[in-house]
This record gives sequence, structure tokens and C-alpha cells, in this order.
Amino acid sequence: MGDIVIASGKGGTGKTTLSTNLAALLAETESVVLVDLDVEEPNSGLFIRGTETSREIKYKQIPQWDSSACTLCGLCQRVCNFHALIKLGKEIMIFPQLCHGCYACSDLCPVEALPMVPVRMGETRRFDLDKLVFIESRLDIGEEQAVPLIAQTKGYVKDTFASYKYRIYDAPPGTSCPVIEAARSADLVILVTEPTPFGLNDLKLAVETIRQMGNPFGVVINRYGVGNDSVDQYCETEHIPVLARLPNDRRAAELYSRGQRIYTELPAFRSELEKVADYIKKLSESKR
Amino acid sequence: MKIAFTTKGIDWDSIIDARFGRTDFIVLYDEESERLTSVDNRDIEGVAHGAGPQTAQKLFDLSPDVLITGNGPGGNAAEVLQRAHLKIYTGAANMTVKQAYEAYKKGSLSLFE
Amino acid sequence: MKEIVVISGKGGTGKTSITASFTVLGAPTLVAADCDVDAADMHLLLKPDMAIREDFYSGEVAVIDPSACIGCGRCAQVCHFNAISRRGRTYEIDSLACEGCGYCSRVCPTRAISNHPEKAGQLFVSTTRVGCTMVHAKLGIGSDNSGKLVAEVKKRAKALAEQQGKELVLVDGSPGIGCPVVSSLSGASFVVLVTEPTVSGLHDLQRVCELIEKFKIPSGCIINKSDINPEMTEKIVTYLDSQHITLLAVLPYDESVSRAMIAEKTIVEYEQESPIKDQLKNAWHRLGDFLNK
Repeated sequence: MGDIVIASGKGGTGKTTLSTNLAALLAETESVVLVDLDVEEPNSGLFIRGTETSREIKYKQIPQWDSSACTLCGLCQRVCNFHALIKLGKEIMIFPQLCHGCYACSDLCPVEALPMVPVRMGETRRFDLDKLVFIESRLDIGEEQAVPLIAQTKGYVKDTFASYKYRIYDAPPGTSCPVIEAARSADLVILVTEPTPFGLNDLKLAVETIRQMGNPFGVVINRYGVGNDSVDQYCETEHIPVLARLPNDRRAAELYSRGQRIYTELPAFRSELEKVADYIKKLSESKR
Repeated sequence: MKIAFTTKGIDWDSIIDARFGRTDFIVLYDEESERLTSVDNRDIEGVAHGAGPQTAQKLFDLSPDVLITGNGPGGNAAEVLQRAHLKIYTGAANMTVKQAYEAYKKGSLSLFE
Repeated sequence: MKEIVVISGKGGTGKTSITASFTVLGAPTLVAADCDVDAADMHLLLKPDMAIREDFYSGEVAVIDPSACIGCGRCAQVCHFNAISRRGRTYEIDSLACEGCGYCSRVCPTRAISNHPEKAGQLFVSTTRVGCTMVHAKLGIGSDNSGKLVAEVKKRAKALAEQQGKELVLVDGSPGIGCPVVSSLSGASFVVLVTEPTVSGLHDLQRVCELIEKFKIPSGCIINKSDINPEMTEKIVTYLDSQHITLLAVLPYDESVSRAMIAEKTIVEYEQESPIKDQLKNAWHRLGDFLNK
């Protein structure tokens, strides 16, 4: 137990606020790695100031056409379900953005004219702070497929930081493929929401998704006090544990906009955040 | 010259389809033989991603010299059409095929680059 | 019939609130199409009745018939998405992880794997609380938006507008610059770009402008939350000028937008005074002028 994913039905609810503050709090006493999996727009880095200790280019596998070996049989186009390849006259055209990297065309080509080659899709950077390690993965501009980079980053983190007590992942917003990839096999998913009709609506979508995936999960209500109690009621009816209610405080927003930690400055925020940390510690003990 | 149009129907009175990738039909006019033929592209509806290149491929097989359409092809389709070495003219949306052809002859359509 | 498409390079700029406001302002003259299926706000503000619901299919998912499976594991070997695992004597596919590439079904020696059209979501045709029709969609879990879904939503909206004698289709477009956006933009008579003065806001605006320029669609821009960074707002204004894009409105950050949302109203209906209200009304009138030219 140690893989915790922070997610939300939609952007702007406070996922990054929670993940950065929670990671810092837990790191006071345990070994923690914080991972930003919002690869299209990673922004946890705005709050984490550490020394960059490594930077690696990440690659996806895309077929490349070997015209000298190709017999123009057209099988590749037929086996591609994503229309990423077309045979045009005497040429095979490949559309890397449509390719999902399934290898079917490459493996099934009778003359091996479509070897899979690595193509750059983004970067992963590691930052070391005195008590925390921060990993950020960023998709290159123009790259459309987030899933491969998320999967590779998780693999790297699991291998490199297996001995760390907690691995906290800031997932992308929403409920589609990238989020599912990020939340897969998490020991705990924490859904962040706000107590408004929009927050509730998006929370329901997120709950539906996580329930189908089967991970244990809980909710953190951010900006508590700005709206109504419909989220509390929903969680109670659905028997979903509310791990904390982070208070609505203008000062929190200001600290956030300056890239600063909130729990060290606002005691009310800290005491709620500690509830999340306690929940995680208890869960971790019970799983031993 | 062979002129291709993205359309919502198969004759001279049909309206030009503003879209390229998901156009309903492709109409082809052969200036030499003065014949109008068409290709039904409506099965493109079932394609979730990559509609542009699919339609461009159909067009490639027809080998027109000119394509007349509404807005023009998206990125992937445009790449395919480059190999077809044809001239693309836009701005014909909401015209009939006949009107679009006349506008093209008069030079009042825009060249797509 | 004209089509106005509202887009932004990325989500979170306030595009949906603005589109909802325009829908309220123009309700008797239009049919609304919500092509931004990942965002829920539009239907929360307009309360559509979802009178017509249809299943929408996109892509495929593979399924193993356990009675035909001999447990050879070839399928699991070729699956690059970790979607296939052993279960007892046979193998099974995790439908959430399956990408629908079809590779496994091609290598199964006993043809135990079949590909099924995947229900990607539902399409709705509704009447909104302001009286106009809205076509929208809800995606299933793990499903992504696509050019196909956008095209379907727009097609229905256009057909309904024709039926109802409405002159305008107002489209809440998809974010980004991929397939769904190209599909959102195709056929547009005018594009409204919503942006905010941040580094990523300007960057995404530029990318989207490249696309619009190619399509030669006239466009206008609304800069939202302009006072959070006046220098960046200036940069955007300069950029728009260089691209001959009309500046439709410059909206300050206004908390009453959030309060209006909680009251489930668009800002233009909200009782409290707000500088945004008038600017949006003006912008809507200007749009009307452009279209009538």
C-alpha cells in the first residue's frame, strides 16, 4: 500500500492544491514521491522548488515505412483499426497522431516493412527536495496521446521508488482514458470536489468511473463553505468517506497563486489536511 | 480538367458540403467529356478518428486536378492531398455545384495553401 | 443558415459559461449544439429535458468467448495495453483497458475473440429551460470525444434548425486542436475564440488561430479574466490585431459569475450588477451584425 492517486471529475477543483500540500505534509515524517501525471498541462511544478536531478526524453513506438521492402499489399491499412495508415498509390502514409501503438501493422506485415521505431513524445524530469522527490512528465506540444506517457511514468516510479512509503500521483482532470490509466491499480483514489452543483455533478461522474475500476476511494471537499451541503449529503447517501473539508479561504487562493504551500500558513487548512494523512496512515497499517 | 467538389448531393443543384473529411458525397466533373459522376462518402460517418485521410484517399483514387470545397481539409487530410498534386479552392460553402463551378471559373474562390 | 462556433485552445477559460450566456440571449433564434462533451457546465446552466436519448457507438472492444478459448495466451502476448490476463484456464479482457485495436482477435488460433462496437455514450435532443432546442451528449466511462461524435451532434442540430426555421446554430466547440476541433470548426460561419491572459492561454490561442486561418473563417475573440494579468492581455490584443481578428470583449475577473453558477443561472440572467453582463450583450449584438452582413 502506498500508491495514492488524486483525481477529480473536472479541472479547477483543487487536485494540485491537495496533492502538493499532502505530499509535503507526509514527507515531514516519511519517504514520499509526488508524481504529476497531468502530462498535457503539468503544473504541480509551480509549487515545488527543488533541484532538477535528471531529465529523460520519453518515446512512443510508431511504425516507420521501409519502402525498399514493401510490396504494397495493403495489409497494414486493413489491420489498422485507427486509420493511422493509408496506402496511397505507391506509398504508405502514416499518421503518428492517430497511432495507438498496438503493433498490429508492424508484426503482421508479411515482409517486415513497418518496423516500430521510437519517436519522441515528451519528457520526464526528476526534482529532489530535502524531504520529497518530485517527478514531472510533460507531453510535447502537438502530441495527442497521453496514455503511453502516463503508463511509462508510472512504470518508472514503481520501479525506482518501490521502497518509498508513499507515491502520490496527481492525475489529469476528467474521467476519460488518461485518468483511467493514471488511477489503475491505485491503493487509494482521492476525489477532490467543491460544494457546488458543478462540483457535485462532476463528482458523480468521477465516482461512477472509479467504482467501475474498483479502487478504494474517498472524497475531499475543497473550498468548503463556498456553496451548499449537497456534496456532503450525496457522500452520506452513497456511503463514501469524506476524508477532509478544506476551508474556503481567500488566503489559500492567494498562497496558491503565488506557488506557496498552504498548510504551513493556515492552521485550519492544516488540521483538515492532517485528517487525510491520518486516513492514509491507517489504511496503510491495516493492509500490512 | 477534372474538377472535384465536396457536396451534399449528386447533381448540379446540390449544395456544396463545407466540410472535407466528413463530406457526404464527392462529385466529379470532367470538363472534356462534360460528364458529372459521384462517389458516396456517407460511410465516413462510422469513422471516429481519421476521417480526413480516408476521404482524401478516395479523392486520390479519382485523380482530379482541382478540388472545390467549403472550409478546406484539416491537417492530416491536407497532407494526403499534397500527394495528389491538385489545386484546392475554398469559399464555396452554401453554393450549388453549378454556382461553385462558375465562381471557380471566374476566379472568385480562394486558393487553399 | 449560419453557424457560430465558440472554442478555446484549452478548457477552463470560461468558454462554456459564455456560450450558455449567448444561448440565453439568442434563444428564440437558434438551436444549441454542445460539442464539448467532456464539460458538464452547459447542461447544468440550461437544464435540458433530454426528451430524446440515443445510444452512440464509436470504436470497438474485444471479448473472449471462454468456451472457445484454449488458454494459449497468444492474445495476452500481443496486447500492448495490458488488457488481457489469465483467469483460471482461460483468458479475459478488461474492457476499460481495451483500446479496440483488434490485434488479439487476428491472432487467436480458435477465433475465440470477437470485436464488438462499443457504446461510447448517449446523444440527447432536449428543450432547454429558455425554450430553445439543444443537442448534447454524455460520454461513457473511459470513452473519449471524437470527430465522429462532434459531427453527429452538429448534424442533428443543423437538421433541427432547418425544421424549426431557425437561422442559427450555436456550437460550444471542443477544446484542443485535434480531430474534434476540426470537426467543430468545419462549416462554421464565424468563430468566437475565448482566451485568458496566461502564457498557456496565448500559446493555445495562436495554435487555434493557425487552424482558423487555413479555413478562412472570420473570427472574433473574447479575453476573459483580463485583469489577472494586464501585460499578457496587451500581448493578446496586439496578436489579435496582427491576425485581423476582431476583439469582441475584454472581461474582467468577476466573482458574480461563480455566484450566478451556484444559483444555476448564466451571468446575463443574474440579478446582481456585473460589468460582464453588458459586455456580453454587446458582443452578442456585434455577432448578429457580422452574420447579417
